[in-house]
Amino acid sequence: MTAAPFVARRRALGAVAPWASRNAWTLGLIVFLGLLLVFTKLIQPSYDVSGVQNLAIGGLPLSLAAVAQAVVVIGGGIDLSIGSMMALTSVVCATQMKGQSDEFGVAVVVGVLALGLLLGAVNGALVVLTKVPDIIVTLAMSFVWAGFALLVRAAPGGAASGWLKDLVIGSLGSEWIPKSAIVLIIVVAVIWIPIARSRLGLSIYAIGSDRLAAFRSGIAVGQTKFFSYALCGLFSALAGISLTASTGIGTPVPGPYTLMSVAAVVLGGVSLAGGRGGLVGPIIGVIVLQMIRTDMTFLSIDTNYALVAQGLILVGVLMFGSLVQMRRNRA
Amino acid sequence: MSAAVRAKRWLDPTALRNLFRDRPLIPLTGLLLVLVVAVELSSPGTVSVHWAGVILRQSVPLAILGGCQTLAMLTGGIDLSVASIASMAGFVTATFVHSPGGWPQGIAVALAAAALAGLVTGIGVGVFRVHPLIMTLAMSFVVLGFSNVWQLRMVQTGAGVPAELRWLGSNLLWDVIPYSLLVFVPLTLLILLGLRRTGYGRLLFAIGDNPVAARLSGARSWQVLIVLYVISAVLAGIAGLILSGYSNTASVSLADQYLLPSVAAAVIGGTSIMGGRGGFSGTIVGAIILMVLGALLTDLGLPEPWRQVVFGSIIVVMAAAYTRVTAEY
Repeated sequence: MTAAPFVARRRALGAVAPWASRNAWTLGLIVFLGLLLVFTKLIQPSYDVSGVQNLAIGGLPLSLAAVAQAVVVIGGGIDLSIGSMMALTSVVCATQMKGQSDEFGVAVVVGVLALGLLLGAVNGALVVLTKVPDIIVTLAMSFVWAGFALLVRAAPGGAASGWLKDLVIGSLGSEWIPKSAIVLIIVVAVIWIPIARSRLGLSIYAIGSDRLAAFRSGIAVGQTKFFSYALCGLFSALAGISLTASTGIGTPVPGPYTLMSVAAVVLGGVSLAGGRGGLVGPIIGVIVLQMIRTDMTFLSIDTNYALVAQGLILVGVLMFGSLVQMRRNRA
Repeated sequence: MSAAVRAKRWLDPTALRNLFRDRPLIPLTGLLLVLVVAVELSSPGTVSVHWAGVILRQSVPLAILGGCQTLAMLTGGIDLSVASIASMAGFVTATFVHSPGGWPQGIAVALAAAALAGLVTGIGVGVFRVHPLIMTLAMSFVVLGFSNVWQLRMVQTGAGVPAELRWLGSNLLWDVIPYSLLVFVPLTLLILLGLRRTGYGRLLFAIGDNPVAARLSGARSWQVLIVLYVISAVLAGIAGLILSGYSNTASVSLADQYLLPSVAAAVIGGTSIMGGRGGFSGTIVGAIILMVLGALLTDLGLPEPWRQVVFGSIIVVMAAAYTRVTAEY
C-alpha cells in the first residue's frame, strides 16, 4: 500500500549516490569523533595513552553488542535480548573457566560461541516461524535468557582464564594501540567481511531494504532473517566473553547494553527501517558515546548530565540526519 | 437455529478468527479465568474477594503504563520513556513533601515535567520524523539523567512519599476495592471514550493503519503525534505517582521493571505493534493477566529465574497465537 512511492523515491535517490551517502554518514561521524578528541585534549591536556586504553577496554563489550545489533537491524529486525544473551554467555564463560586450565578455557570459549549461535538461532527461528514482530519476540526472549543467566549463577562471580584477560588488557607494539581495539577489528573483520561479501550478506541487506522485492528476487527471506539473528547471537556471545575478560567475572544481571546498542547503531548511521548502514559506523558511535561520558568527567560536570548529553546528542544527530536527508517518508 | 448449526458456527475458523480480532476481550477474559482457577487449584483458599482487590491494586500502575504503550502502538510507535518518566514523577513529588507547597505542588511540577518530556518526544517523532523507538529511548536517557541530578540536589532536604499518595496507592476500601481506582476509572473512561467516540481517537487508528491514506485524507499526523506523546507522558507520570504510593518508595529507577511488562500487557491485550489495531480494554485485562500469572508462578514456588523464563515464554506463545489466529491470509 505504501511501498510504491517509497520505493520510487528511494530509487531516485539511489541512482545519485547510495554508496557515497552511506559513507558520508560514517565520515561525518569520524570528523565528529576527531573534534571530540581534540576537545578532550584541550580540556584535559593529560589525556593520553591510559585514557585511550581505558576507552578501548571499556568500549569493547558495547562495541561488540552494537555490531550484533547492527547485523539484525540491517536485516530489518531488532534484537532487544542482546543484553540478556550477553549476561548468559558471560556467566557461562566465567563459571566454566573458574579454576580450570588455559587449554580448557579455549574449549570454553568455543563452547560459549556455539551457545551464542544457538541463542541467536532460537530468537531467529521464533521470529520467522511465529511471524510475531521482532521487537515483541526478542523482548520476551530477553526475560528467558536473563532467567537462564540467573539459573547458571545467582550472584556475580566466576573467573576468566589468564590468557583471555591478557588478550584484551594492555597494548601491542606501540602503547597507543590497545589490544582490545585490535581484537575488536580482527574479530569483526574475520566474521563479517566474508559474510558481507557473500550471498548471505547481500541477502541480509536486501530483506532489510525491501522484504517484498527481496522475496520476488528469489531470496529465501525467512532463512536470511534466521541467519541474521544467529549471527547476532554469535556477536552477543563475543560481547559476553569480552565482558568476562575485561571484568574477570560473570554478572547474571543484564547491563544497559541492549538499549545502548540500539542507540549506538542508530548513531552509527544504520537505519532502523533496515537495509542501510554498516558495522564501522556503530563502532564509532560507541566510541562517541563513551567519549561524551569521559569529557563530562573531565569537565567535572555531574556525570548524570552525561546521560542527558548522550540522549540529546542522539536526538540532535538524528534530527539533523532526517532534516538533511528528508527521505524518510515514514510508513 | 439448531444446536448442531450453532456448534458448527462456533468451530468455524473464520468465526473464531473474527472473534479474536474484533472481540479480544472474550478469549482474554477466558484466559484470565483459567489462570485464576489455576491459582486456586495450586493453593486452595487463595482466591478471595480480598485477593482480587490486591491483584487489582497491583495491576493499576501496569495497566496505565500499558495504556501509554497502547496509544503509541496504535499509531505504529512505541514509548520506551514511560518507565523513566513514571519514576521521575514519583520521585519529584516525594522531594516536595517538605517544601511549602507540599505534595500538591510536587504533583503539579512532576506532571508538568512529564508533559514537557512528552512534548519534546512528540516534536521529535511528529515533526522531525525520528523513529519513535529511538526518540523515546533517548528521552528516557535524558529524563533519567535529570532525575539523577535532581536526586543529588535533593539529598539534604530529604524525601518521602506523601501519605496521601500512600493512601491512594496502597489502601483498600473495605479491604477489597483499591482507592487507586478513584484515578484509574475516570482515566479508563476518558481513554476508552476518547479512542472510540472522538475524532482524535479515530485519527490515532487512521495514522497507524495507513499513514499515507490518513495524510491524503487531511490528517495532520505531526499534530496528532505531538498530542499523543504528551498524553502518554502524563499518563506515565500518573502511573508513577500511584506506583510510588503503592511501593512507598521514591527512587529514580522505581518503574524500570515495568517497562517491558507494559509492552507485554498491550501485546497480550491484542494491540498490534504494527499500528491500527487494538484498544485499551484489552490492555487492562492483559495487565491483570500478567499480575495473576506472577501470583500463580509464586504460588507454584518457582524461583525467580524460572519465573522470568516462563513469563517470557508465555508472552511469545500468546503473541504467536494472536498472530496465527488474526492473520489475514
